[in-house]
Amino acid sequence: MEFLQFCLLTTAMFFLGIGGIVLNRTNILILLMSIEVSLLALGLNFLILSVYLDDILGQVFCLFILTVAGCESSIGLAIILAYYRVRGRIRMNEASLMKA
Amino acid sequence: MYLNIVFLPLLGSIAAGLFGRFLGSQGAAVLTTTCVGLSLCLSGLAFYEVGLGSSPSYVHLLTWMESDFFHANWSLCFDSLTVVMLVVVTFISSLVHLYSTEYMGEDPHLPRFMSYLSLFTFFMLLLVTADNFLQMFVGWEGVGLCSYLLINFWFARLQANKAAIKAMLVNRVGDFGLALGIFAIFLSFDAVDYASVFAMAPLLSGSQICFLGMDFDALECISLLLFVGAVGKSAQVGLHTWLPDAMEGPTPVSALIHAATMVTAGVFLLARCSPLLEYAPKACFLICILGAMTAFFAATTGLVQNDLKRVIAYSTCSQLGYMVFACGLSNYSVAVFHLANHAFFKALLFLGAGSVIHAMGDEQDMRKMGGLRRLLPFTYAMMLVGSLSLMGMPFLTGFYSKDLILEVAYGSYTTGAHFAYALGTLAAFCTAFYSFRLIYLSFLSEANGRRPLLLGASESSWPISTALGILAIPSIFIGYLGKDLFIGLGTPFWGNAFFALPGHLSLVDAEFMPTAMKILPVCLSIVGAILAFVLYRDFPQTLVRWKLSPWGRKLYTFLNRKWFFDKFYNEGISQNFLDFGYHFTYKAIDRGFIEMLGPFGLSNLSLAQGARVVSWQTGMLYHYAFVIVAGMLAFAFLSTMGFSAKLLALLTLASLALL
Repeated sequence: MEFLQFCLLTTAMFFLGIGGIVLNRTNILILLMSIEVSLLALGLNFLILSVYLDDILGQVFCLFILTVAGCESSIGLAIILAYYRVRGRIRMNEASLMKA
Repeated sequence: MYLNIVFLPLLGSIAAGLFGRFLGSQGAAVLTTTCVGLSLCLSGLAFYEVGLGSSPSYVHLLTWMESDFFHANWSLCFDSLTVVMLVVVTFISSLVHLYSTEYMGEDPHLPRFMSYLSLFTFFMLLLVTADNFLQMFVGWEGVGLCSYLLINFWFARLQANKAAIKAMLVNRVGDFGLALGIFAIFLSFDAVDYASVFAMAPLLSGSQICFLGMDFDALECISLLLFVGAVGKSAQVGLHTWLPDAMEGPTPVSALIHAATMVTAGVFLLARCSPLLEYAPKACFLICILGAMTAFFAATTGLVQNDLKRVIAYSTCSQLGYMVFACGLSNYSVAVFHLANHAFFKALLFLGAGSVIHAMGDEQDMRKMGGLRRLLPFTYAMMLVGSLSLMGMPFLTGFYSKDLILEVAYGSYTTGAHFAYALGTLAAFCTAFYSFRLIYLSFLSEANGRRPLLLGASESSWPISTALGILAIPSIFIGYLGKDLFIGLGTPFWGNAFFALPGHLSLVDAEFMPTAMKILPVCLSIVGAILAFVLYRDFPQTLVRWKLSPWGRKLYTFLNRKWFFDKFYNEGISQNFLDFGYHFTYKAIDRGFIEMLGPFGLSNLSLAQGARVVSWQTGMLYHYAFVIVAGMLAFAFLSTMGFSAKLLALLTLASLALL
């Protein structure tokens, strides 16, 4: 039953990340962190499955995911920085200029 | 020769209508008159061959429609009834053409007028020579169309436009009945040609046709529907309102419509369908009653009209009533005899009235005439002949047919027939009264017209006088000459043109009625004529006092306003239909139903929904995130439930409704 518990853990982490994205209304840094958490959950899931299925491919994927997550957070932080320079604030509920 | 009778007027019409500008006024007039005149000569020959020589003939032209049992030809059938109508129609029409060349001579559109007149004649000839109901219907609609064009000839006049539209529409009510009748005939007989239908009529006596789940007696139903057509065309009470208004057209048109063509088509239809009517006693009863009512109604209305042409129009209506009830009493030969006689003296009256109006500078009000007997002695004589003939003075044309109609009414031992006799006799009295009122007011009384008009009034030139003179001869003699041929006992002239059950013939019974009853209509006519003469000459003050008394005023208004038929129709029926059209079909259905629920409504709905969906785009990141997650969960849910298009559609609709 260990496998099921691991899977439940990663699922819980993933939904925690998603919940952070949906419920967080102000802080854009927390949004970025939530994305990191869900990506980590995904990576962990890959590792667990790789060990469980005895297949190296999952670990390879996990490495790629880590790389992508690193790139993504760096670009995300850069965008936030650029945004901060223009607006002087990074509150998410004020970034709603593109209404219909 | 038989083809030429029908198609010469069409040739004249086309030539005058399309090439009138090259022919010129006089050219078109001469051409059309010649064509119709030639047609008259040939009709005379046809009358000799078919009528007197007892050799009905039949000309097949081509097949018109053929589909399974349905078979309609273009073909001409000449039997006694047809040739009588042919002679009458072409005779009157030729004289009207001749008359018009002078009467309408000043009009810049004379070629158009002559073209319409000839076309009218052509359609009437097509109507009477048809050998099946369908071809007859072509003629039937054609004369309706031409009457519209002719009544509306002076199309710049609002009154003429209104009268023409009224004539067209009221006629259309009857035409609808006739069309239904033809459908019913095809439904019952599987044929529309006269020969088959009339041969099978006895077999279908008592059979039923089913309409809207109800069973009707087939022949009664057909007869009634055909009679509805006749009511419209022959201006019987109910659909008569168009006829007096049709006086708005030029006078020769009134003569053509009211004397020989158009209105006689209804009577012709009844006579033609005699084998059907004979097996429909209930329908015959109704025809008889309605005809008698028309005769009486129109005669009383004619008593107090002040328009010269309108008086004659009502007398037409009244005389048609006589013919119709004669048909209802199964005495078709008598009806057709009266039709022919009436054509002559009514054409004479109308053309005479036209001559008077011409002389008085288009004044039609009788109260503004008077004293014309010295100015227009010839017209006066002609009008007198026509009027005496109309009121059935002994030994003039009208006497032989009109009195016979009343006699056969008295001779038939049925309630309807006696009702018709009573009303017809009263109508005869009224006819004499208004005829003499007309004569007295326009010719005999003191001159009431305007001085310059009276000084300038003179007898019309030769075409008008010739037409009147020629018409006066048959108006005097044709009844006496034709009596034995048309309505003599056992005359072989009609051959198989009419069919009457032996029990329905009352010509013999009429011979044995009491002498008092026989001469009653004539006596009443003479009394009526003398009464009118004496009252208007010696007691005009008394007449005015009667008119102004409380009851007299009511009666006068009632009669002068035509028994309030027009008022009732306008306010009770037309206005309601117009309101229905505006408020229901236009406002509720067109504007309401279709625009709210139809294409317009649908596009409005989708636009509104689109706007509501757009409002979801708040610009907030977490809203977008929520929709993404919710959508992903929904799809995950769907895929676990088994992905189906139906479910997806349901979900989309539900979400749309939620929005």
